[in-house]
Amino acid sequence: MKAERKETWIQNWYKFAAGKVSVLGLAIVLLIVLLAIFAPVIAPYPEDAGPVVKFEESSKPPSAEHLMGTDTMGRDVFSRLLISLRSSLLMGVLVLAIAVPVGFVVGVLAGYFKDTWIETILMRIVDIFLSVPALVLALAIAAILEPNLKNSMIAITIMWWPWYARLSFGVASSLRTENYIVYAELTGARLSHIVLKEFLPNTFDQILTKMTLDMGYVICMGATLSFVGLGEQPPTPALGNMINDGVKFLPDMWWLAVFPAVAIIVIVLGFNLLGDGVGNIFNVEGK
Amino acid sequence: MSEKILEIRDLKKYFPLGNGQTVKAVDGVSMDLYKGETLGLVGESGCGKSTIAYTVVGMYGATEGEVRYKGTDLARKGYKRTLRQKGEIQIVFQDPGSSLNSRRTIEKSMQVPLDIHDKMSKEKKQERIESLLEEVGLPREYKNKMPRNIGGGERQLVSVARALATNPELIILDEPTSALDVSVQAKVINTLIELQKELELSYLFITHDLSLMRNVATRVAILYLGRLCELAPTKEFFDAPLHPYTQMLLSSIPVATEEEEAMKPEQITSQGEIPSPVNAPKGCTFHTRCRDCMDICKKEAPTMAEIGPEHYVCCHKFAKQDVAEHEEEGEK
Repeated sequence: MKAERKETWIQNWYKFAAGKVSVLGLAIVLLIVLLAIFAPVIAPYPEDAGPVVKFEESSKPPSAEHLMGTDTMGRDVFSRLLISLRSSLLMGVLVLAIAVPVGFVVGVLAGYFKDTWIETILMRIVDIFLSVPALVLALAIAAILEPNLKNSMIAITIMWWPWYARLSFGVASSLRTENYIVYAELTGARLSHIVLKEFLPNTFDQILTKMTLDMGYVICMGATLSFVGLGEQPPTPALGNMINDGVKFLPDMWWLAVFPAVAIIVIVLGFNLLGDGVGNIFNVEGK
Repeated sequence: MSEKILEIRDLKKYFPLGNGQTVKAVDGVSMDLYKGETLGLVGESGCGKSTIAYTVVGMYGATEGEVRYKGTDLARKGYKRTLRQKGEIQIVFQDPGSSLNSRRTIEKSMQVPLDIHDKMSKEKKQERIESLLEEVGLPREYKNKMPRNIGGGERQLVSVARALATNPELIILDEPTSALDVSVQAKVINTLIELQKELELSYLFITHDLSLMRNVATRVAILYLGRLCELAPTKEFFDAPLHPYTQMLLSSIPVATEEEEAMKPEQITSQGEIPSPVNAPKGCTFHTRCRDCMDICKKEAPTMAEIGPEHYVCCHKFAKQDVAEHEEEGEK
């Protein structure tokens, strides 16, 4: 039994590593996660993440002392970048932790009760959310609420769950006539059993793949909201508000905007490559 | 004969098509199933045999008619089956590929009925699963395997074992062997026969394989376009088939040896295709393909008549009285 499980792991690794760049993606993601976790330890000037002003250090270009230079307040960009990784990753995890279960349950129920009023109601609600451009919806919600990190997460969660509803709906509506589902019904299984024990294992692959890919996009969306001032508020650093601060000083003080922007690119790229590899393990099509 | 476990009375199941037409999948079928017997329900594709099975097991409601299980009408509008009835009536599906969840181990699949019907400890469940697997002739280690790692016949045996978990009395076998290799068919069939003897099970055996019924069924019923043609004890059914459709089917069984050839009734070539159940022919639905077609067959549907003990035929040829009456009317 144990040997079998080990074998499965080895097989999965081969499938994962078959797309060579997936390993790179895994490395990037691991690095980002580690940097985020140990940010307060690694950051050379952790106090710069707060309301600090050091005029004597102001506006210095990258050097050995300040790897990514300093901003107009004299705060170390590298330290602020590391600290801001934490809220970004937290946002990705929390948003998906709420959006995925909600979307899954709604989608599976709609798929299971296909061609009934339950499907009509649930999927029309999903359609309404999907019909509004995601960014516009998130901007609107975040603008109504008080601008802070928590509310930007709420806004992104609200625009994100319908995609998981669509995904689960597709799987459930194609599986609902499978004999094992019919058998469970006929034998008297409860709805909760059918959803969690029969549908969930079959939807898991696709959900996990999409979740990995989405981590990057959620972080990117979070940065967008914080860029326009609807996310984490200064002086707390976030990838978005750091870029916004830096944009005013382009191109002279390029380091202010470029490093956070590159960080976003690397994060999205890392999760994308990782997600491709995860999709390869499960043979998920069209990821 | 022993007590009746299932009585189907004038069962009708219509499926409306969007365009106002209806598919009359089952159109007035009556038959009984006795305790401990195997009733073979045979017919071509699309004749409604699976619809009957699914109605009995509760997947569909009936449009009309009764399905009495131990005296209770399960097909009554608004009737909700008790958990006990759901456990006692079980089904084994045709396709072994889809009857087990491909992402769960055999053990977990088999645990489904146990979780619902038996409140017992984890260890007891384990034991029960292992003993059920052994009962159908599979090694108990199979519980840790995934469905994709075992053969089609083995998967079908697991389905049988799973059905046994609720201590059923009536098992509906929906073409349990038709998707399997011939070599494993025998194993599944033998296991089913042994289990029946051991546990006093009643089988409603749906199939299109007539020759299989010769060895398995107690009685055989022939279905054509949602109606019964003939229902007879197996021996009589094969020795003295009466309905022209039965004769046609029996003569079209392919045979390998001369011995078998001798057992067959005279050669009748099958004519035509089975008509669509959306607009079934008027009168006797079989008249378009019947070699003994009479005038009355095109106008009036025949009724079931008991020709011999437990031998029912639905054909104008054997309802002499009707014919006589009709002819008299014609003369007037």
